Amino acid sequence: MKKSKFDLAVGLFVAAGLLALVFLAMKVGNLTGLETSEGYRLEARFDNIGGLKVRAPVKSSGVAVGRVDSITLDSQTYEAKAILRIDQNYKFSKDTIASILTSGLLGEQYVSLEAGGDSVYLGQGDRIAKTQPAMIMEKLISQFLFNKASETTGTSK
Amino acid sequence: MSSVIEMIEGLGRSVLSALARLGLAGRFFLAIMMVIGVPLRRFSLLVRELYFSGVRSILIIVVSGMFVGMVLAIQGYEVLQRFGSSETLGVLVALSLVRELGPVVTALLFAGRAGSAVTAEIGLMQATDQIAAMDMMAVNPIARIISPRFLASVVSMPLLACMFSAAGVFGAYLVGVKLIGIDDGSFWSQMQAGVDFRLDIVNGLIKSLVFGVAVGLIAVFEGYYAPPTAEGVSSATTRTVVTSSLAVLMLDFVLTVWMFRGLNG
Repeated sequence: MKKSKFDLAVGLFVAAGLLALVFLAMKVGNLTGLETSEGYRLEARFDNIGGLKVRAPVKSSGVAVGRVDSITLDSQTYEAKAILRIDQNYKFSKDTIASILTSGLLGEQYVSLEAGGDSVYLGQGDRIAKTQPAMIMEKLISQFLFNKASETTGTSK
Repeated sequence: MSSVIEMIEGLGRSVLSALARLGLAGRFFLAIMMVIGVPLRRFSLLVRELYFSGVRSILIIVVSGMFVGMVLAIQGYEVLQRFGSSETLGVLVALSLVRELGPVVTALLFAGRAGSAVTAEIGLMQATDQIAAMDMMAVNPIARIISPRFLASVVSMPLLACMFSAAGVFGAYLVGVKLIGIDDGSFWSQMQAGVDFRLDIVNGLIKSLVFGVAVGLIAVFEGYYAPPTAEGVSSATTRTVVTSSLAVLMLDFVLTVWMFRGLNG
């Protein structure tokens, strides 16, 4: 009879451990939703990706529709090639614009897709033709200074 | 001059004996692996050891997990609110627990709670010739005594680490949301956005599985080869805790480098 006490306690132990794992997977992690669905891959080339990271979200109108799968540098054109995995449920037209934006002031960077009006949709492996690179703070500042400088030289003449 | 030579000789001797012990542990591990099917076939052997190693450790694991989570929430909040991003507390706590603290602290506690007990039990069996007697009766002691205890450690460790992390997240929720007053929704949603199942949770599970193998092997090895005296058993018990703690922390470094380097690449 003593053995059955062990059996019950060990069974409860294993069940509690698995329950904790399910809790971690569902409530703490993000096993539900995008991760499980298959989706299709799109390619987007950017002049500069800034601080975009692999696994960063892809959003359209603020709704997460996929993730960045990989980022590589094309050694021919010296452009950054980002592969985006998009949820199967979402379709984007051929003239979609991909741009790299930042959520909040200090937030992470993500890829934003702005759908166009074309009736042909992008499919597996297609390339997004129109892209907008990430904004680089130094470039913005130098552009601003340059404009200011040309303004002041213009007025002094 | 001769004392210097003696010192170098002593150093060489201790290195060689440590290496020989490592080799012995390797052979012992292979011997366990050869008969690892026995506790699976005779399931009651495994269930008994799971009870003593796993079930009896639940209380200390869950209570420690909750307190670690609560302390993390307080300390994390203190730093995060300086940057005005206290809503990310959930991510901070969950990632620290699932990636590092869950597996590591569980392994350290398990080594102290269950590993030492296994070493003392096997060491005492060895000292009172129970293992030799078993051998005489043509019962393989490694299959009957050692491998169930080893396997129990490997099975319990990931389950206990999950409980530790879950309890820690719950403790952080209590302190962060109920006590400090961080928004409930952003606590959970930021956590879910920041924690990946495969990269964070599965990697944490792999870690604790490796720690289970390490702690289990060290515990049964130290017990099996403990000198058959009262002093020998007691020093073997101490060695189990010290060696497995060091092994866990070193393995954790190696595994972390392997798993999480280049994550941002």
